[in-house]
Amino acid sequence: MSDALLAITLVWGFIFLYAIMASMDFGAGFWAMTYIKKEETNATKIANSYLSPTWEVTNTFVVGLVIAIYSLFPGAVFTIGVALIVPASLILVLLCIRSAFLVFSHSVDKYEKALTYISGLTGLIIPGLLISVLPITHLGFVEGMRGNEELNLFKLFTSPNEYAFMGFGILSTLFLSSLLLSDYSKQADETKAYKIYRRDAMITGPLMLVMAMIVMITLKSEANWLYEGMMKNSALLLVSLVFFIISGVALYLPYFSKREVKGMPRIAVIAIIIQYLVGSYVYGIAHLPYIIYPNVTILSGFTDPTSFRAVFATYIVGFAILVPGFYYFWSIFMKDQRRKFKRRQMTN
Amino acid sequence: MDHIQMARAMFGTNMAVHIIFATIGVGLPMMMLAAELMYQRTKDLQYVVMAKRWTKTLGVLLGVGIPTGTIAGVQLSLLWPGFMEVIGRVMALPFQIEIYAFMIEALFMSIYVYAAEKIKPWARVVSLFFVAFGAMASAVLISNVHAFEGTPAGFRFENGEIVDVDPWAAFFNPSFLVTAGHTALTAYTTGAFVVAAVAAYKMLKNKFGTSEFDFHQKALKLSIVLGLVFSFLTALNGHATTQHLYREQPEKLAAAEGLFETKDHAGLTLFGYTDKEAQEVKYGIEFPWVLSFLSGNSFDTVVTGLNDFPEEYWPPLYVHILFNAMVIIGSGLIALALFALVWNKWLKKDTYPRWVLWLFVAAGPLSVISIECGWIFACTGRQPWTIYRMLSTADSVTSYENLGFLFTMFILVYIILCVSVVFTLLYYFKRHSVMDDIYIAEQKDDRLFDSNS
Ligand code: HDD
Ligand code: HEM
Ligand code: HEM
Repeated sequence: MSDALLAITLVWGFIFLYAIMASMDFGAGFWAMTYIKKEETNATKIANSYLSPTWEVTNTFVVGLVIAIYSLFPGAVFTIGVALIVPASLILVLLCIRSAFLVFSHSVDKYEKALTYISGLTGLIIPGLLISVLPITHLGFVEGMRGNEELNLFKLFTSPNEYAFMGFGILSTLFLSSLLLSDYSKQADETKAYKIYRRDAMITGPLMLVMAMIVMITLKSEANWLYEGMMKNSALLLVSLVFFIISGVALYLPYFSKREVKGMPRIAVIAIIIQYLVGSYVYGIAHLPYIIYPNVTILSGFTDPTSFRAVFATYIVGFAILVPGFYYFWSIFMKDQRRKFKRRQMTN
Repeated sequence: MDHIQMARAMFGTNMAVHIIFATIGVGLPMMMLAAELMYQRTKDLQYVVMAKRWTKTLGVLLGVGIPTGTIAGVQLSLLWPGFMEVIGRVMALPFQIEIYAFMIEALFMSIYVYAAEKIKPWARVVSLFFVAFGAMASAVLISNVHAFEGTPAGFRFENGEIVDVDPWAAFFNPSFLVTAGHTALTAYTTGAFVVAAVAAYKMLKNKFGTSEFDFHQKALKLSIVLGLVFSFLTALNGHATTQHLYREQPEKLAAAEGLFETKDHAGLTLFGYTDKEAQEVKYGIEFPWVLSFLSGNSFDTVVTGLNDFPEEYWPPLYVHILFNAMVIIGSGLIALALFALVWNKWLKKDTYPRWVLWLFVAAGPLSVISIECGWIFACTGRQPWTIYRMLSTADSVTSYENLGFLFTMFILVYIILCVSVVFTLLYYFKRHSVMDDIYIAEQKDDRLFDSNS
């Protein structure tokens, strides 16, 4: 594998991990808002207790991703910076308010309600904006010569493909998070919440699949190069569909036990993550060699070889130290969170 | 405003907000560590309560520090893509490693907060040590990028292409140690004096002899000692920083001192403002020969004046005021801490006079102002370059021109954040008094840290 390919794989890996973590985070915010009036189901409480511990790590990933892009592909920074200045600034502002109120609401109980609405609304808007980055990179609306490029916002916002992606992003956020929350509430023996989230997953899942189809159709007319590229891997696209079906079956499958809850959300979650992995791999491979079509390719953007080796070495050393640490922390933390949740339930 | 100026204002505003929270975020863990160590020595539970309350404060401040830091990191590539292209190629390592430093901090912070009662006291000290270490390391690393901007190393431009890249040479650029040291030391100084300001204010509001007064006096004493140590080290290191400027960025030093003519036996002028027409600092107090001595340790040292540089390379002349403010506040902090220490230790007084307490109340905000002055001096004093004599600000800026709307939006968000962070702190500490916390600690109730998430 060439260095540039290795580097873009690393970036892709970051984006994938971020997409999963962010979906959980943002979706949980939205569901917490949706069920704020249904106190007896605990659905909001479950979503909120999921929300708080994840944001800091997720946030670090935003920063890590940005750093990875400019340290591995500095030649792409100018074009990316110009293309993304408006959407990225909007995302930053929303993220900033969201994280701050998440933190403040731990200290000021009055904020709790405001927080629920802030994180609920941003939980819907931010994924829509985030996923817009993809159409910006593949639709070819970044116009002009190097040094004074500009994103044609008019073309972007009149493109069906952009809206298809937005819809897809929002729905997949809701789908993945409702799946996760149903798994989480099942673990916590919260039957009512579990039923609600399972139902949500059953609704958003098929809708997401429809959006995925619309994405493909609009791609075919608006970014045919990408569509053709993805179709070269149509076998893998089928695999991804199969995993989607597996997760559907796991949700509907009766669960034979003393409890009255049905479905195996854990399997559904795993199947969907595999589906995402396969799907985004197909998209990513077809996107190559372009970072921003047609202005920047991975080769034209790639960093200096000496820098690459140094940066890569820090990744390896850093991960070797941090991954076990985080795993350990996470397992203690999740246990603690569950214990606290139970304790609060008992005192209520 | 043209769009370069707009971009500068926009980035500068974000950094000016971030740096307040970032600096306290480096300084406060050091104070928490000190309090836990004092507990180890004295077994006085009030020190644990102190550490707990500072941890809570830090937790709230991070609510602004982390988001504004995230904005800083992303905005660098959005507003200064030309600059980040060079940084990405040559100086990516500090950013890269900073993420890890940050994660270490976050990891041990969670251990300290969530497991406080489940781990042994020594383990608490160890995890706090790593929190403080992580925070300091990220400050050191990020200011290294700033150091590189002033004294670039590890690459060359050849026909507009970057060649001979050596990332480690860039990392260990000539002013790395002195600049990073300055940032770390000033953050500790600020941490100590901000704590002192709150403690002194609370002492003024409580009667002498109450246990609440006692608690705050302990906090004040601790911060006076640490404040004295770190403000003194800051001055020593600041002197070294100035000597680096003399060697590496002479026009910045000349602008800081308002020196136009190159000469030996050059004098140092405090106060006043630089008059471009008259080519001198007006209404200042001049200390003859001192500048030459400070720059090169001898009165014969020749200091280059601004007239020896083409005028388009001159930094803005108002940096003289910023530099002065920083140095004067720095010296004032040393004097105040020294006075208070002598008063207490050698004169054996029970407490401090009220006017001294008021001075401490002022010292907190002043040290933050000093941080702002230092940064704005360092960054505007580097103009018209983002990378000294290598890359101009005009070549760094984005080609996107409609920044006005985005700028307004960010300003609104910073106002919301700053107002709500103050409100949050006031609200929380009104409902969780020192006496409550001391009571909880004495009951050995495991809820002391639990409310901290
Ligand atoms: C508590 C805050 C504080 C205090 C008391 C001082 N400084 Fe400072 N100074 C800073 C806060 C600061 C800073 C914010 O940390 C800067 C900005 C960039 C940097 O590296 O440090 C800085 C920069 C800075 C620079 C510019 C370096 C550059 O251009 O890269 C010089 C020459 C000095 N300082 C010198 C001093 C001297 C002689 C002081 C005497 C007491 C002093 N500082 C006190
Ligand atoms: C943290 C406190 C900081 C403050 C308060 C601050 C302040 C400022 C201000 C006011 C400007 C506008 C300059 C002008 O008027 O010309 C600026 C520019 C800039 N600063 Fe800083 N700065 C800080 C830290 C940093 C650091 C650590 C870096 C390096 C990573 C940095 C890099 C830059 C760059 C690239 C610019 C834009 C180009 C330029 O004007 O030079 N700044 N900063
Ligand atoms: C001397 C100047 C600076 C100091 C002392 C400093 C220190 C800090 C601190 C203490 C935090 C709070 C989070 C934590 O570590 O717990 C933070 C957050 C952050 N800072 Fe700064 N910072 C400085 C300047 C900058 C600059 C110039 C940038 C941008 C390039 C920046 C980027 C960030 C980012 C991205 C975060 C969020 C952390 C994350 O999510 O990974 N900082 N910084």
